[in-house]
Order: sequence, then structure tokens, then C-alpha cells
Amino acid sequence: MIVVVQAVVMLLVAGLAVAVAVTRDPLRQLMPYSLFGGALAVLFLVLQAPDVALSAIAVSALAYPAMILLALAKVRHREK
Amino acid sequence: MRTAPFLLAGWLFFVGLYGVVTTRNFIHMAMCLQVVQASTYVLILQVGYVNGGTAPIYRDVPVGTRAVDPVVQSLVLTDIVVGLTVIALLLALALQAHKQTGTLNPDDLRPLEG
Amino acid sequence: MNARARLALFLPAAAVAAGLLVWGFTGLPGFGRYPGPYGDVINRHGVHQRHATNVVNTIVFDYRGFDTVGEEFILFAAVMGVTLLLRLQRSEEEEETPEEEAAERARTQTSDAVHLAATAMVVPSVTLGLYVVIHGHLTPGGGFQGGGVLFTAPVFLYLAGRYVDFRRLTPVSLLDFGEGAGAAGFAVIGLGAMAVGYPYLANIIGKGVKGSVFSGGDLLLINLCVGLEVAAGFVFIAWEFMEQTLMVRSAVPRGFEGSGRRGKG
Repeated sequence: MIVVVQAVVMLLVAGLAVAVAVTRDPLRQLMPYSLFGGALAVLFLVLQAPDVALSAIAVSALAYPAMILLALAKVRHREK
Repeated sequence: MRTAPFLLAGWLFFVGLYGVVTTRNFIHMAMCLQVVQASTYVLILQVGYVNGGTAPIYRDVPVGTRAVDPVVQSLVLTDIVVGLTVIALLLALALQAHKQTGTLNPDDLRPLEG
Repeated sequence: MNARARLALFLPAAAVAAGLLVWGFTGLPGFGRYPGPYGDVINRHGVHQRHATNVVNTIVFDYRGFDTVGEEFILFAAVMGVTLLLRLQRSEEEEETPEEEAAERARTQTSDAVHLAATAMVVPSVTLGLYVVIHGHLTPGGGFQGGGVLFTAPVFLYLAGRYVDFRRLTPVSLLDFGEGAGAAGFAVIGLGAMAVGYPYLANIIGKGVKGSVFSGGDLLLINLCVGLEVAAGFVFIAWEFMEQTLMVRSAVPRGFEGSGRRGKG
């Protein structure tokens, strides 16, 4: 049973990775990237690694988008 | 069937690398680098997985139940946090480059002259 | 070389590398057939040796604690690098002080829903972060994860538009102290063991009853130190990035500040 769940989550992660690499605009890319981080956390969970899943969530859903959005805001204002 | 899960790590690696090679924006490159890093996390965790094993936390299961390898999890855990700070450094460098040259495109940057 | 040439060079090389990688994967023991022995040994003896139920935490902070000291200092150095780079930029663009900017922004732009939701999230995230840090040796969690959750509490203040409160809550001196104390605390705990004649980072505090909060010896202290350092370091980085956006916003003339961005607006 858990093998099925693992297979599904792995396919989800693979698909989201393609979405991340293909989206060119950084502001738009942030959305699939956050989903990718979330799917990665679920994958770590079904691989029986809850510590790592917590770490992945804290990083790629909280800290990372904040930093990237701030950097993008800075760039956009400079270009105005 | 035995090696199929490992192919996910290879797939993530090359997809992220493709994103880095064809990037036109530093910030896009930073996120694709994160995808490449994620491939290493996934591979390491998959190597440590035990069939039918549970998480190595013995709060509610007795010691001695079959559990997955905890050593690889400790490697990945600190790796994730350190990876974030390195990407923060990369973003700061990208901002500095943008200030000097006005562009975020790696192709438009020329080597320093003078 | 331009992008097209790069891609043309990349694809064949990637194909070869992918072939070699797949060939290498077939040499691995197979998914789920972990041969041991290191992981099994630690699983069997770790709980008894440290009186802590989260074996991963004991590995990160005890069995392989020396690696973690090194990684903490990587974190420290990276935060310093980001601060140095961004302050270098800022010193060349001084215009209006952030407080004046923020004070007028806070009044104009935050919608009520965002204001309410973000303010409501501050206390729960502090509580959750502290819980994750303190119970790191019992349940999944620990210093690194809890620090990441604690970091979001000041960011929620910023999102709620109360930037002046955010700055008053996290002055630079406090962040400096927090980060330095966290990093130094970890190193000093290890040295403390050496002072009594044990190897570096050996446990010299009583280990307590397994399953209670005050168990695991110095694991609790180390978790707290690392949580402090990670939270302070991340807030520092976010702070530096926020300073950037506020500084530049003053370049937009008054009255044209319509759809301004303030991060996650």
C-alpha cells in the first residue's frame, strides 16, 4: 500500500520539477517551486523521515519564497 | 523495480541542470539549483529506506521495531538548511550584479575589465 | 558562448552522464533492501545510551555533533556574507530612514484581511517554533526545524504592515547577540565537556528519565542554542533584504505609490 503512495508522490515530484525548470519568469516560477517544496516534504514523509520533512517545509515554503520575493521587489523597483 | 525509485533522483538532477544551462535570469537559476540539490536529498534518503520500516522515533513504538536508517536523515537535515543560506548568498550576489550592470541575465555579463 | 551553443553542448554530455548514472544505480543494493549495519546499530542502542527517543536528533547533535558544529559555522559565515554584500549596496543609496517610510506605508497599504490574518499568526508560530525546538530530542524536530519556524514570526509582523513593530522587536543588536550566542553556545558546550576531562562534546549532564522533556543530557541545551542561532540568522537575512526594498521605495515620487510591492503584497 505504501509503495503505491510512494510511487504517486515520486511522479508528482518529477512533474513539478519540470514545471519549475520550464517557467522562465521568476515571479511565476515561485508558485510551482513552493508546490515542489511541499511535494518534496510529502515524499520525505512517506520515506519515513519526518525530521527531514519538517526541515524541507520550513525552508522551501517559509524562508525561501520570502527571500526571493524580497529580492524581486528590489530588482523591480530599481528598474522603474 | 528495485532501481526504479533511484531514477527519480537522476531525473531531478538533469531537469534542474537543464534549467541552469538554459537560464536567462539569475533568480530562475537559483531555483533550478535548488531542484538539483533536492535530487541529492532524495537519493540519499532512498538509499537508507528499509522495506516495512517506520520512522526512527521511538516515542510510541518499542525499541527494536524495524526502522529506516537515521544516519542518512541527519545528513540531509542540516544539508537543507545550509543549502538555503548558500542560495541567499547567491541572491545577494545577483542583486549586486544587477546594481552594477542593470541586468539579471547571465549572458549579458561581461568579465571585469580595467 | 551563447545559449544555443550551451544547449547543444549540454544535451549529448547529459545523455552520456545519464547513461553512466543509471548504470551506477543498478549497482546499488535495491530500494528498500538496506544492508546495514550502521543504522541498525544506532537504532538499537541510541535510545538507551542517550535517553532520548528521537534518534535522528541524537545523531545530529551527539554521534555526529562535530559535523553539526561545522555546519553551524557555515550558516554563520553565509549570513555574514549576505549582510556584507547588501550593506555595501545600501550605503550607496541612503535616502530616507526606513522608519519614516514604513510609518507612512503601514497606514496606506495593508488590507484588513491580511493585517488580521498575519497578526493572528504571530503568537502561534512562536509557540510552535519553541515547541519544536524544546521537544527536539523526543519527537521529530530540533534546533534547525524550530529555528525555521521561529523565523516566520517576525516576518508575519512585517506582512501585517507593522514594520515599525517588526524593527522594534528585532533590533540589530539583539539579532547579532542571538546569532553569536547560539553559535558560540554550541561550541562552548563542547568545550565545557573538555574542561572536565572528557572528549569534546561528550555528555556530562545527567540524562534523566527517558521520555520527559529534561532528558537526553545536553541535547536540550544544544537544541536551544541551534534554534536561537538559526532563527536569528534567518531573521537577519530577511531584515537585510527588507531594508533594500524600503530604501528604494523612497525613489518613487509622492503620489505615484499606487500598487507598491512590499514583499508578499
